[in-house]
Amino acid sequence: MSNEKIQAELAKYEASVEKAIARFPEREHLPEKRLYTPIDIKDTDYADEISFPGVYPYTRGVQPTMYRGRFWTMRMYAGFSTAEESNKRYRMLIENGATGLSCAFDLPTQIGYDSTDPISEGEVGKVGVAIDSLADMETLFDQIDLGKVSTSMTINAPASVLLAMYIAVAEKQGVPADQLRGTIQNDILKEYAARGTYIFPPRPSMRLITNIFEYCSQNVPKWNTISISGYHIREAGSTAAQEIAFTIADGIAYCEAAIKAGLKIDDFAGRLSFFWNAHNNVLEEVAKFRASRRIWAKVMKERFHAQSDKSMKLRFHTQTAGSMLTAQQPNNNIVRVALQTAAAVMGGTQSLHTNSRDEALALPTQESVTIALRTQQIVAYESGLADVIDPLAGSYYVESMTNSIEAEAWDYIKKIDDLGGAVAAIEKGYIQKEIQDSAYKWQMDVESGARTIVGVNKFQMEEEPPKGLLKVDEAVGERQKAKVEAMKAKRDNEAVKAALADLKTACQDENENLMPHILAAVKTYATLGEICNVMREVFGEYEAHVSL
Amino acid sequence: MEKKIRVLVAKPGLDGHDRGAKVVARALRDAGFEVIYTGLRQTPEQIAEAALQEDVNVVAMSILSGAHGHLFPKVVDLIHKNGMNDVLIIGGGVIPEGDIPALKEAGVSEVFTPGTPTGDVVKFINEHVKL
Amino acid sequence: MDIAEELLKGNRLALSRAITAIENEYDEATDIMKRLYPHTGHAYVLGITGPPGAGKSTLTDKIAREYRAQGKTVGIIAVDPTSPFTGGAILGDRIRMNGLTLDEGVFIRSMGTRGSLGGLSHKTADAVKALDAFGKDIIIVETVGVGQSEVDIVKAADTTMVVLIPGMGDDIQAIKAGILEIGDLYCINKSDLDGADKLVREINMMLDLDSLMTDWRPPITKVVASQNEGITELLGTVEKHRTYIEGNGELAKRRTKRTRDEILDILSSNIGSYIKKKIVDSGRLDGYVEQIRQHETDPYTVIGEVMDEMLK
Repeated sequence: MSNEKIQAELAKYEASVEKAIARFPEREHLPEKRLYTPIDIKDTDYADEISFPGVYPYTRGVQPTMYRGRFWTMRMYAGFSTAEESNKRYRMLIENGATGLSCAFDLPTQIGYDSTDPISEGEVGKVGVAIDSLADMETLFDQIDLGKVSTSMTINAPASVLLAMYIAVAEKQGVPADQLRGTIQNDILKEYAARGTYIFPPRPSMRLITNIFEYCSQNVPKWNTISISGYHIREAGSTAAQEIAFTIADGIAYCEAAIKAGLKIDDFAGRLSFFWNAHNNVLEEVAKFRASRRIWAKVMKERFHAQSDKSMKLRFHTQTAGSMLTAQQPNNNIVRVALQTAAAVMGGTQSLHTNSRDEALALPTQESVTIALRTQQIVAYESGLADVIDPLAGSYYVESMTNSIEAEAWDYIKKIDDLGGAVAAIEKGYIQKEIQDSAYKWQMDVESGARTIVGVNKFQMEEEPPKGLLKVDEAVGERQKAKVEAMKAKRDNEAVKAALADLKTACQDENENLMPHILAAVKTYATLGEICNVMREVFGEYEAHVSL
Repeated sequence: MEKKIRVLVAKPGLDGHDRGAKVVARALRDAGFEVIYTGLRQTPEQIAEAALQEDVNVVAMSILSGAHGHLFPKVVDLIHKNGMNDVLIIGGGVIPEGDIPALKEAGVSEVFTPGTPTGDVVKFINEHVKL
Repeated sequence: MDIAEELLKGNRLALSRAITAIENEYDEATDIMKRLYPHTGHAYVLGITGPPGAGKSTLTDKIAREYRAQGKTVGIIAVDPTSPFTGGAILGDRIRMNGLTLDEGVFIRSMGTRGSLGGLSHKTADAVKALDAFGKDIIIVETVGVGQSEVDIVKAADTTMVVLIPGMGDDIQAIKAGILEIGDLYCINKSDLDGADKLVREINMMLDLDSLMTDWRPPITKVVASQNEGITELLGTVEKHRTYIEGNGELAKRRTKRTRDEILDILSSNIGSYIKKKIVDSGRLDGYVEQIRQHETDPYTVIGEVMDEMLK
């Protein structure tokens, strides 16, 4: 059928259904258009814009074989209370078929405070495991072979310290650094914009990040040095297009910083990875994942003139959307997570964490975590969604939406360029404001009924309070404090002092790579807080930009 | 006379998830309140002192890290120690149902969990605030 | 609680309650102010204004820290606009000053403009007096430099500082027209950004053209408040201005004028409310409106009659 003929038929169709389509108030957020045809993608060239998997611009996936080669890594984010408890959970996950570890740290660890610091009171071991020194890290990976497992650590501001501890533990196990596989999140810009666990101001933070890029390219070559994260931007309330636009803008800023520090794009870009959110709208998410690969490939090729294919491939981890879990009728969350999993898989993710049904209420129980992992296994082995590569390619709707999300994201990237890049845009509060506006609109749509959340603003019912939630033992904080004190009494405090003094000197010289100094300090069992305090002294602390 | 309901919106503890706090702050503004927003990582001492200097009628706190059992009662205690016994203190965040009675016992008037419409918060304040 | 007595004894909650009474126009506010007034006149008042996004709160934070380092106590009044549509406001200036919250030598109070026409300036002036009577050495009043009422507030300061940043583009022109001529001092914040020197030249050009120039030429200081750069120099210019206006009698003149303006301001507002109350509550206004509608009389005649009756 020619395009003219389709156009004519479409007009006839629209006229015929106009009266038949009811207007529900709760469907008001839907796109204007209800039917897509070849006309919507008539300008989309297969070779230029879609192409084959493993081929530029990688719209269909970064590997030629995708899940016909191997499944994505089923990586469950876990960690709570003490290193001993978390170690048990990790070993349980490995026994159950998880193929990668993902460490959650408690907030004092994420912000560089020891468990003994007064500011840590009430927070120790709550949202993740408390790591105060190398001693805790040794316990955390006890009987886990770091040469075999790949470990992802959700750590940002003090990423260099935790990475150094990981390298030191491996060394004690006899595993050389160049065998280590894993990821540190290490994405400070989204902390300023959306997640809030920052320590230092942007400039020294960017230095720490480029120091890691440089150190790892020489010493830990299989390590993913950053996971540039849109996940938290989406959790903070952004739209799909904003999620990828702001994150890619952050990615551009990291590349520029590294290049300014003297690195060559192809020396580090292949180790950059991304972290996306899998939200409720399945097809929009698939289009978002596809668009993100295409944009990054173009950024790398056209803006940074990367030569290596590896540099141009956007590899990503996905987590299902925590903010979409409801406290009401929590078992419904199992279904939401399954749909989000389907989106991530059809979008070609490299690894996936699935949330548990009870996470709007508390940290997940073992039973809930198992269901979440089984969800991935069902999608992988039973659903057929992983049987062919990029199954939705060619869908008029999905291709058209891939194009429109890409276009919207480019507009944002251009706007951020005009503001002077991602760092400047964050300092001006632009990105934060855009995210907040979207979050507020979402909330108002839910409250007005323009958007339905099952069990929240429609189909509610009386419920018994949920039972069997996981509770972190309140005594964990006291126990961890005692452990730190005991460790401090045992270590060589002179060596600690010398290592910290050396680190301070290194911090003051902008041309010095801090990684070797931090590694030396953690080996003396200097604590995370001691190390971060040295850096706080030299670098100062970030003050948030808030505009409501 | 031009009485206005003044609300301190605060995030005690270390978690950086301020989506809820910010959405609530905006909704309260749109309901005609004066909202003093203090940002992340506030200690109980800072929150109580800000409540005093701003002479607020309401303190609204949000925590998603699980530290509510420790921090909410501490804030209530400090506010009362400052001689501000009429302040309406409310909380929100990822808070298990089972923890709520103890928080209420400690002086938190109401706890709003995920999924609460902002309109409910506004209504609760209007009905319970002492001016 | 006897608010005035407790305030004078150093009770911070009493100070806070006094400002609430002023802001909400409680009946006891007048009595409180009467009793505080004898204890005022010791503090030095610094007004800080500038367009949104100029970094005024961060600057205020750094200035307050510098004064604290000099051993002075500081009161801060931070004014933010009230939404004309909802009557609500987000008062977010404290975020920049969280580090000062637990310093007992500092008291910070946020105020919304609450859409009051003119009334805002005397409310902030009274709040300044409350902080003054409480014993603060320096009182900083920070407002967004848009709108006449904000400009009025800042004009009431002993020294007025206008804060600008480079690269604000054309939209700054309109703001400049409103606030530029009121500065005793100019502060270029974020002066590490491109265009700082250009902005200095532009302000200098404007100052050159200012025909009303006295022998005080407002100094222009470049700072980066977020890095704490240039703050000492900036306070040096405040000190210089203070010495200058104390030396030539200008400070006394400014304060006299302020008192005069205040009396007139409060008087006209009180007389206004008095008359309004009389003719609205008695229902006379409705009668007048009806008569005017019927063309039996006109607004001007009515006003003449009311004035004659009330003020004879």
